[in-house]
Amino acid sequence: MSEEVDAEIRTTHVLDLAAEGRRLDGRGPDEYRKITIEPGFVATADGSALVRIGDTAVVAGIKLEPGKPFPDTPNAGVLTTNAELIPLSSPTFEPGPPQPGAIEVSRVVDRAIRAAETIDLTRLCVTPGEKSWVCYVDMHVIDHSGNLIDASLLAAVTALAHSTVPAKRFEVAEADYPLDIQHYPIECTFVRLGDTIVVDPTFDEERAAQGRLTVATDEAGRIVAMQKGLVGAFSPDDVKETVRRAFRHGAELRELAKGGTP
Amino acid sequence: MGNVGAKEIPVLLSPEGLRIDGRRLDELRPLTIQAGALHQADGSAFVEWGANKVLAAVYGPREVHPRHLQQNHKAVIQCRYNMAAFSVDERKRPGLDRRSQEISKVIGEAFESVVFAEEYPRTSIDIYIEVLQANAGTRCAGLVAASVALADAGIPMVDLLPAVAVGKVGGAIALDLKKEEDNFGEADLPMALVPQSGRLVLLQMEGHMTEAELAQALDLGVKGCREIYEKMKQALRERYAIGPMAGASS
Repeated sequence: MSEEVDAEIRTTHVLDLAAEGRRLDGRGPDEYRKITIEPGFVATADGSALVRIGDTAVVAGIKLEPGKPFPDTPNAGVLTTNAELIPLSSPTFEPGPPQPGAIEVSRVVDRAIRAAETIDLTRLCVTPGEKSWVCYVDMHVIDHSGNLIDASLLAAVTALAHSTVPAKRFEVAEADYPLDIQHYPIECTFVRLGDTIVVDPTFDEERAAQGRLTVATDEAGRIVAMQKGLVGAFSPDDVKETVRRAFRHGAELRELAKGGTP
Repeated sequence: MGNVGAKEIPVLLSPEGLRIDGRRLDELRPLTIQAGALHQADGSAFVEWGANKVLAAVYGPREVHPRHLQQNHKAVIQCRYNMAAFSVDERKRPGLDRRSQEISKVIGEAFESVVFAEEYPRTSIDIYIEVLQANAGTRCAGLVAASVALADAGIPMVDLLPAVAVGKVGGAIALDLKKEEDNFGEADLPMALVPQSGRLVLLQMEGHMTEAELAQALDLGVKGCREIYEKMKQALRERYAIGPMAGASS
């Protein structure tokens, strides 16, 4: 019970602050928490990154293996994304099969990677119809303090951008070569707190949220994916304004994904 | 989207601006809604929309299963969207795949945004959506069916939830995509509207759109939703009319 009461008090506090244009951690409505990106965090992966947005941390690892293309796309490699919300990262996660929350994160991230054509899948084909690379993008949420979608995609895209195709190890080619990135999708997530729509929600803000909206944009000025989640509503004008903000933040976050933070 | 190495792409938009089935860009597929299609459920509806056939049933408010999901201050709303194995060209493996689980989640959240759940503490309102025949736009058809089923079950709500997908085909923004348009189109944007407030409680998007195209798509979708809203209300009126107008029995 005390947990429920605690959540209730925090929610009320978050909403009261929002009504005054303030946030629990002192940020403005349009401000991200501090972001750090560490490419190459996992040596055993073919590409990896550790991304922190405030107290949220996600590790993404890429593994490439030779496999078979899908029958309906004989000339393309295979891309598989999966997000694990492991019990280690939050008292709210339980062991067992993936819960709807984890499935939503991986599908929304997957949608952005695919729709933006982040990697050219035709270049992952070795022999049409027979052999192609299978690219596994695995994201592990290791510390859940809100905004898992943005952190997960940022980690995935950074990891992809720093990946090597292990062609030599699997005797597919003479030498390993870098995985090519065509586009850099970035997802920006917003939540409604009363009349304010804030970017990069914390765990407490997500719990208090009256609707969540994620917008994925790429460097070519395209919107490539969107997802409204949680209980709540947005007007079409809210959506348009949010998209404008997502383009602006997206440009900044993209530079971080390309270079990594010092 | 994502049709790497796919077969031939059909012509989606004629030079006259007509679509693959002869519709204009702002035209819905034929939609019929039957409120009260099942006998055991507390509320139900059957929707035929283009070549989609979707059933929805609502049970509750009733005891919560599993018990630990019970909430002391409101009803929990549990939604299950499922596609029958025979609903698509190539047999689908039965059971909830990840896509179905995600759709169940966003539809459930859309309804939680409009149902007065605090009227029924410690209960569950269960929404079951069964897609029998699929031809793009099944989550919207499911939402429309479930919304009418909730009203049929007498669950108090802010409003009904009309829903439709807008997309981009042959470079143009088009209302209510059918299968070929969805498979070979450039974007898909399903949405659900609360007509009273003009706000969206479900919104997803995949594909490519510019800011201007998105604005146009939102406007077109809202317009489409208002058209669907009228049909939803009509279906409920027919169900509960007395006398010669009376609709389906229960």
